[in-house]
Amino acid sequence: MRMLEGQGVTKYFGGLAAVSNVDFHIDQGEIAGLIGPNGAGKTTLFNLISGAFPISSGEIRFKGQKLNNLKPHQICKMGVSRTFQETKVFANMAVIQNVLVGAFFGTPTSVSGAEAAREASQVLEFVGLSAMSAVPVKDLTLVNQKRVEVARALATKPELLLLDELMAGLNSTEVSEAMELVNKIRDSGITIFMVEHVMKAIMGICERIMVFHHGEKIAEGTCNEISCNKTVIDIYLGEETNAGS
Amino acid sequence: MSGIERVLELILYGILSGGVYGLLAMGLSLQYGVCRVLNITHGEFVMLGAMLTFTISSTFNINPLLTAAIVGPLLFAIGFLLQATLFRGLKARTPSPPVFEGSALLVAFGLMYIIQYAAVMNWSAQQQPSVYLSYRVLFLGMNIPLNELVAFAIAVALGVAVYLFLARSRLGRAIRATAEDPATASLMGVNTNMVLALCFGLGALLAGVAGTLVSIKVQARTGIGFSNTVIALIVVTLGGLGSVPGSFVAGILIGIVSQLVIGLWEPILAMPVYYVILMVLLLVRPAGLLGKK
Amino acid sequence: MDITGFISKHRKLLLAGFLVLILIAIATLPLYGRTYDVRLMISILAYVAMAISWAMFSGVTGYMSLAPAAFLGVGIYAVALLQRELPFPVIIVIGGLMAFGLAILVGLVTLRLKGIYFAIFTFGLVVLMARVIEYLEAMLFNLHSRHILSVGTANSLYMMLGLAVVTVLSVYFIKRSRYGLALLSIGGNEEAAAHMGVNTTRVKVLLFAVSAIFMGAAGAIMAPTLIYINPGNAFGLVYSFMPILMAVFGGMGQLYGPVIGAVAFGYIEEWLRKELGGSFMLAFGIILILVIVFLPNGIVGLVPMVRSKLGWVIQKLRKGGQAEQHANA
Repeated sequence: MRMLEGQGVTKYFGGLAAVSNVDFHIDQGEIAGLIGPNGAGKTTLFNLISGAFPISSGEIRFKGQKLNNLKPHQICKMGVSRTFQETKVFANMAVIQNVLVGAFFGTPTSVSGAEAAREASQVLEFVGLSAMSAVPVKDLTLVNQKRVEVARALATKPELLLLDELMAGLNSTEVSEAMELVNKIRDSGITIFMVEHVMKAIMGICERIMVFHHGEKIAEGTCNEISCNKTVIDIYLGEETNAGS
Repeated sequence: MSGIERVLELILYGILSGGVYGLLAMGLSLQYGVCRVLNITHGEFVMLGAMLTFTISSTFNINPLLTAAIVGPLLFAIGFLLQATLFRGLKARTPSPPVFEGSALLVAFGLMYIIQYAAVMNWSAQQQPSVYLSYRVLFLGMNIPLNELVAFAIAVALGVAVYLFLARSRLGRAIRATAEDPATASLMGVNTNMVLALCFGLGALLAGVAGTLVSIKVQARTGIGFSNTVIALIVVTLGGLGSVPGSFVAGILIGIVSQLVIGLWEPILAMPVYYVILMVLLLVRPAGLLGKK
Repeated sequence: MDITGFISKHRKLLLAGFLVLILIAIATLPLYGRTYDVRLMISILAYVAMAISWAMFSGVTGYMSLAPAAFLGVGIYAVALLQRELPFPVIIVIGGLMAFGLAILVGLVTLRLKGIYFAIFTFGLVVLMARVIEYLEAMLFNLHSRHILSVGTANSLYMMLGLAVVTVLSVYFIKRSRYGLALLSIGGNEEAAAHMGVNTTRVKVLLFAVSAIFMGAAGAIMAPTLIYINPGNAFGLVYSFMPILMAVFGGMGQLYGPVIGAVAFGYIEEWLRKELGGSFMLAFGIILILVIVFLPNGIVGLVPMVRSKLGWVIQKLRKGGQAEQHANA
């Protein structure tokens, strides 16, 4: 069974189709990427998967179960977690508290205070933030705030992790570190689906890439296939500034 | 008079008073839709309009309806200044829009008491004989006080004027753009601070004129603010926040309901009935009758 | 060891001792204070309970409830209706539970939606309840007001003190629990909280209703001190305004913030009421606005600043003392 499947996925905002009749799938254990110009519908697709918006038509299934009318907290408990394009951390709370929210509430069954605390410190160590667990998140640098978001999502014990533009705003070193982290996450058994603009990251870690344009999936394949695809290249002529950043 | 006639008369009264409710709601809708301030002092502006109408018309012996020409701009100025100084200053100091909305609400709560008690200190809590044009005329086969008809006509005329202004004029477009996306509107050259202040002032003006219209039908008192705020809030929600036609449709509906409850059942149950309507609305279609989903 | 060293070493113990002294002072007030003072204290303790419970929900989530007065009134009427039927302590619990029920209803209707609907609904709730009760009282019992039997001013004080303590402790433990964490996350970023598995609607409705319990209980305990009640004086919007003013002024970042606000404004209200008559509300409206704009974290927000200045002063005194010792050596 495929981990995540979508058929005919469509989302209208008013009269405009942000996502139009998209079929897609994510296999277990892979790192899949989603690229496309701004406004192509990538984050909207993520929002449809995570339950932030209701789908207009079509179906999305996670491990065979329909996600269509479920609320975000229910989808999270099923095993799908995510980060956000504009980091939505709990700014006035400490790092460890941010992660604890995920640890306490993200799992399908209730956990004890001790279990949640244990899970939270393990996750913090995994992402490299143990030293800052008591720091209020608003005092952290952007890259560390993104680490908090990832840690928080990991604390919900997901099987599928959606990363929305994780690399945005990071410098070259930080991008490499983030790429390592993503690989580490996949190696721990979590499937990853990531939206990215930073080509270095996409080409470096994704095994399969989908390309969106104007809400439609216009191409899909391995990194090589995509980078040789004429349509994709045409679309990205204007996006060259992002490549290699 | 037969039962049917009585009901029809109540419905007509309801439609007529609903026009003024629509005017009320429109002002509130502007203030929330554009400035993001849920102005729970709206009713107090109505009260100020009513009291000022009485004071000016009795002091200078003018037709109360004409005093709207003074009351309107005066309250516009107050609203304009409130947005330009107080709410703008608050916005600059709050970290996010939801926090601003919460803080603005509490600020309005404080403002409510300031205006109420300033009014009581100035005018005392007694009723003022401000009723005007109360003789009845024949309309659609029924004897209706002229002031009801006049108030309705003025309210609807103003409503249409505001609607056309928002829909057709350049400033109206700027207002709608600011309401939808202030950041983008600003980038496109709109002076959003001016737009916000104008809208808040306009909302206050509409409340003030509504106060004038109320005062010619009912004796003006300093205590009428609260119930007008509640009605405005319910009508705005029922009609859909941000929809001018919605405000009037909802206003008329509430007006009819109000007259039927007061005339056929029990005046004190009017507000509970509004709340039942509000509850049903929030459970079924929170966006309102004509609001965007 | 000098004084400042002693204080910092045994801080927690001294604080606990100080609090116990205050509680004893309050509890023994009937012995040395006038009836007027005791009644004022009852009022202040009621405000403490209401301000803290208001801050627990609205201060954290940003969903502004204007309904405290409605819950207070429900508690008052619970006593009015049941005072001859049941023992008083039971009625207090029932008052709390009735407020809980009303809050659940309000919450289920409005807390699934954006905060503005919650504010709109709770704004008129106080007057709504007054009208409904006025109608039912007239219709069912042909009554317009009720006489409440006294239980003794001293007993009312003890009960209100007990409620204030229970409220403080309950809110303390709730804040430390996972529900407190969930509430904080909703206030931080509600969408993210939902995506991390928090059932935001359920958490909001539940905790809003819990906060109402304390307000209902306060109303029930308050009732015997009012003697004659009618829907007008039992449901006054001012009883929503005052806890909010107190919580905002005191500061909602710490548990003791609303307590400071309640004590301060409890006394200020009495004083201003004598000096200015009814117009003191105008002054309070101005104060609320000034605090929201210029001191959004309340008095509590000033504590770090005061602490650092105080520390600096103490340091200087220490250095001065040491310099003297060296000079005299």
